[in-house]
Amino acid sequence: MLISPPMLAKIEVTLKNGVLDPQGKAALGALRDLGYEEALDVKIGKLVEIRLDGVSESEADRRVREMCDKLLANTVIENYKFTLTPQ
Amino acid sequence: MMKCGVVVFPGSNCDHDCYHILKHVFGLDARFLWHKESGFGDLDLVVLPGGFSYGDYLRAGAIARFSPIMKSVAEFADRGGKVLGICNGFQVLVEAGLLPGALMRNQSQKFICKPVHLKTENFDTAFTRECESRPILKIPIAHHDGNYFAPPDDIQRMEDNGQIAFRYCDQDGVASEDVNPNGSTGNIAGVFNETKNVLGLMPHPERAADPAWPDLDGRLIFQSLISAS
Repeated sequence: MLISPPMLAKIEVTLKNGVLDPQGKAALGALRDLGYEEALDVKIGKLVEIRLDGVSESEADRRVREMCDKLLANTVIENYKFTLTPQ
Repeated sequence: MMKCGVVVFPGSNCDHDCYHILKHVFGLDARFLWHKESGFGDLDLVVLPGGFSYGDYLRAGAIARFSPIMKSVAEFADRGGKVLGICNGFQVLVEAGLLPGALMRNQSQKFICKPVHLKTENFDTAFTRECESRPILKIPIAHHDGNYFAPPDDIQRMEDNGQIAFRYCDQDGVASEDVNPNGSTGNIAGVFNETKNVLGLMPHPERAADPAWPDLDGRLIFQSLISAS
């Protein structure tokens, strides 16, 4: 079996559309107070980085998805997306 | 006599309050259940207390739900055992999928600690049957992540199935936006599972149940459980 080099999974977790993001709203208010009137909307999410080793890329894709569904995101309110980069 | 277990996660901080109310105020058989325990034998009630399990890291309740004891709690709930999740315990139950929905950061972004009024929405459950004598309860809240959310279809299904337990309201029982402390959908403060043997609520009934204190409305929830057992 082909073993891939170590990888870095970068996972972005954000609130789903339609779920109110009070942190984003507060930051938007502050940006506009600072004069950044071009700011229309702010969304605040989380970035999770996981270093992986000993898995193929397709296996890593499947397992990171599983990690997100099980633990890293709450899919009632959050979406996630991720990239896998060789290290 | 009703046998109760109070789960202790690392970071639980209302575990002793719950134990005190069950054991010393109501004289029930109560014991602590360490989260690493994998089973707890014969119990009538499991309480998941308030606090900050695992420091609320990632999301409130997200890590505690994978504690070994939660597998036993899920099996206990499946068999019809009664599970009461208070505040962080409610957050753990939604994360574990034992209750619908999710609890998000308060809309104000602030930690809120104050007494609130609650309207009981369904008296026909083991947790609320004694609340009929006092339909508006005054019980304190103390949380940062109590903003209840569920998609509209789920809310409708829960309403139809009597799964809304409590709503934030004013002292006359009117549940308006003005008295919604945290932004919860429909002013929801507590919900049941489909079979009504699991209740999660953000307010702290154990903080309004000791006769040393003037506010005693929280007793009605414990008295309901006792009269149902």
